[in-house]
Amino acid sequence: MNIRNFGNNPRKLLMDRSVSGRLGTTLPPLDVPEQKLPPEYLLREKLDMPEVSESEIVRYFSQISQFNFSIDHNFYPLGSCTMKYNPKLNDEMASLSGMSEIHPHQPADTVQGALKLMFDLQKILAEITGMAGTSLAPMAGAEGELTGMLMTRAYHLARGDTNRTSVLVPDSAHGTNPASAAMAGFGVITLPTDTNGNTDLDALKAAINDDIAGLMLTQPSTLGLFDTNINEVIRIVREAGGILYGDGANLNALLGRVKPGDLGFDVVHSNLHKTFTQPHGGGGPGAGAVMVSERLLPYLPSPVIECRLDDQNKDTYTLSTPPQTIGKMGAFHGNFGALVRAYSYIRALGDQGIDAVSKDAVINANYILSQLKNSYDLPYERICMHEVVFSARSLKRDHGVSALDVSKRLIDYGIHPPTMYFPLVVEEALMVEPTETESKETLDAFIKIMRNIAQEAKDNPALLHNAPHDTPNTRLDEASAARQPNLRWRPGPSEHSAEL
Amino acid sequence: MENTSFHSPYTPNTDDDRRQMLDAIGAASVDELFSDIPEEYRNPGLDLPPPASELELRREIEALANQNLTPGDYACFLGAGSYRHFIPAIVRQIASRSEFMTAYTPYQPEVAQGTLQAHYEFQSLICQLTGMEVANAGMYDGSTSLAEAALMAARITKGDRIAILDTVSPYQKSVLETYAAAPGLSIDTISKDAGSVEKGTACLIVQQPNFFGYIEEMQELSDLAHSNDALLVVSCDPLSLAMFKPPSDYDADIVVAEGQALGVAPTYGGPYVGFFACKETYMRQMPGRIVGKTRDTQGREGYVLTLQTREQHIRREKATSNICTSVGLIALMSTVYMASQGKQGLRHVAELCYHKAHYAATLIDSLPGYSIPIPGTFFREFVVKCPKAPADINKQLIGNGIIGGLDISDQIPNAMLICCTEVNSREEIESLAAALAEIGGSA
Repeated sequence: MNIRNFGNNPRKLLMDRSVSGRLGTTLPPLDVPEQKLPPEYLLREKLDMPEVSESEIVRYFSQISQFNFSIDHNFYPLGSCTMKYNPKLNDEMASLSGMSEIHPHQPADTVQGALKLMFDLQKILAEITGMAGTSLAPMAGAEGELTGMLMTRAYHLARGDTNRTSVLVPDSAHGTNPASAAMAGFGVITLPTDTNGNTDLDALKAAINDDIAGLMLTQPSTLGLFDTNINEVIRIVREAGGILYGDGANLNALLGRVKPGDLGFDVVHSNLHKTFTQPHGGGGPGAGAVMVSERLLPYLPSPVIECRLDDQNKDTYTLSTPPQTIGKMGAFHGNFGALVRAYSYIRALGDQGIDAVSKDAVINANYILSQLKNSYDLPYERICMHEVVFSARSLKRDHGVSALDVSKRLIDYGIHPPTMYFPLVVEEALMVEPTETESKETLDAFIKIMRNIAQEAKDNPALLHNAPHDTPNTRLDEASAARQPNLRWRPGPSEHSAEL
Repeated sequence: MENTSFHSPYTPNTDDDRRQMLDAIGAASVDELFSDIPEEYRNPGLDLPPPASELELRREIEALANQNLTPGDYACFLGAGSYRHFIPAIVRQIASRSEFMTAYTPYQPEVAQGTLQAHYEFQSLICQLTGMEVANAGMYDGSTSLAEAALMAARITKGDRIAILDTVSPYQKSVLETYAAAPGLSIDTISKDAGSVEKGTACLIVQQPNFFGYIEEMQELSDLAHSNDALLVVSCDPLSLAMFKPPSDYDADIVVAEGQALGVAPTYGGPYVGFFACKETYMRQMPGRIVGKTRDTQGREGYVLTLQTREQHIRREKATSNICTSVGLIALMSTVYMASQGKQGLRHVAELCYHKAHYAATLIDSLPGYSIPIPGTFFREFVVKCPKAPADINKQLIGNGIIGGLDISDQIPNAMLICCTEVNSREEIESLAAALAEIGGSA
């Protein structure tokens, strides 16, 4: 990262690089007769956009790209995010002109290949999760959650059950769960976690009544634990007339081991950018496919892909709208590019490969657990699933070294930090998800480094407080960023206008 | 040749590695690690196709792609929210860099300055283009940007009604309806001559250019909104802003846009990127990720995710939105596109679209049976009244190697919405006119 830039400061912004007359691309000529321009008062007088040459743009973005850690370059055990390897074939398949150039308004009979892929993916995801139907429309996990909660709402309202105004959400849940429930018009009641890391059954029994629309449960939970109260939880919610929502962020742990539909979930979303290798892209795009049980089928968002036999007995795929649909979740048909990648991944692995994913993911996580539990606190002494949540509580208490310090020190060793301070129910949490695509050698190196860091915390805590040491920026002042927001380039002298 | 059992190339560990790790864990078998799952539901079996080799899979997916009629092979005149524009090679090249493509959301700013700086550039260029004071780092698409803008306006004004002009895209409006129903917001569809909005209206939503491609008289609509204490929400076409007045000129409060036209292939509808900009005074009510500039412990400038107390991971059910993963990579693509086209290129592309669309309209208007029913200024799309059902015309056009315009006869009888961009050559446009003449003549 210590690149000498020879007069080319990578922190200098596009607008500060702008030189009047420079072109970033060639402009095609007008090949039709020039037409009369609109009235002057409608036209823009001044457009202040950058003027930068192609070669400068490429060097600029290439240089700043190297400030990033990424899966292709680094071990990235970011808990709950399933940062597994993203196969290259998938990108090439999504880039085929027959996939990337097709227009969303094309008539169905001109995009049968795309619709067949979507239809097959609907079936595959329903099979993996044990559900009756699938919507590929939601464009990210949180939109999948919103979809599921809107369907929950529609289900109850269609039955004239208008008093179900609240949703139960465990305190270990991802923040999107309560936020999605609220966007769907529900109040949120938080459920505590019991001492084993499961849903607190007594609290659930006390909270459940005719006002409860449903329960949003992440299984395995964000503690990386399979909730062993699951049968009881589902029985209680079902008997009270509630809908069981499964947050599939942690689906990687379950592939082939158990189907949420078999357990009794009514709806589960899958983050295709986690479990099914759509690259995360520095914050998306994702895709949040939603799978539902029989009783929610009529409420699926539009469109769903259907297959019928045409008059020549040939499979014909169409876009259709379910009878009591909650409506549209986006202007078109979901993030098709992500669907192609997920399909390509699942077909490459097939039945055998998908079935093996959870085994390797869970072995890897438990291996880390077994090797680090003497160096870091382990809040729940249990077998974990695909991720393990440690705590830096003792390091904090004895040496003043926090989960943040440990995380930042990992950067010095070229490893992306785990998810920190989440779930909120664990003090000084460090949530480690290795995924199945990491080798034992990588895990051994990580274990050694984590042990070193625990030792450094005792010997030289300042080393951790000041980490990272070797990055383009040391720790950044987030408080002043929020107090005095600077959210955009503005004209004026820039400190980067002086060349290095 | 022996057919060995499948081993995924994406999973390095061998049976020997697994055995060593299980020994270290103290588990006799991998099944032991799943003993928390109720036994009756464990290992259900997966009814999926068998694994496919890369060679087989490539052929299979290529065959699927080849079943689609691909614009480019066909002349295509579809728009209506998704546009075909030329994309310079550097857009895909830069977005394909694995440093950008395989990074997560930039939660750890010290190892994500590439993504953060790129998103700060994105926010900056959206502000430059729209004339607005602040922008976020992107929403899922233009339609969810619009829906979230309505929810934001309701938060700001405490109003519970949304007024939407009857010329807004039905595709965008349908998403607004989904998002607005649960919080109980009423939607009033009004015409531009309405002269008033209902009491309690949080915002007036206008699309510019409108769904039919035409430029709205924005100052009047802005006055209508503001004189009723409603915000003006503008859903704009970002490319049109290179040529037409920006929303800041008519005092828009929130500006959203489908960003796809700027560097993103149609991809059968997604992933795209929603632009979201507003006046600074409303900054803390914005949904989505926002990148801010700050300093590190050594005083150097750098970037972080900021104003996070609006967001779900801090505020949970009180957050401004549930959005988490958005469309970072697509935002990067549109940033590179805007940089690549730059000041001159954006205006040039916009003008090419304008001239080509008007040339096409002039040719079609002169054909017997066809007319251009809506007067006024349009950008790159226009409505054509056809002598017979557009669906039938489109079927015949396919035979001429042409994917015709969007059938909008559900809104205007026998009408088709035709879009021309710089990728439609004069030859394509003249072929379209000739084919329409022939098809119309056979009515």
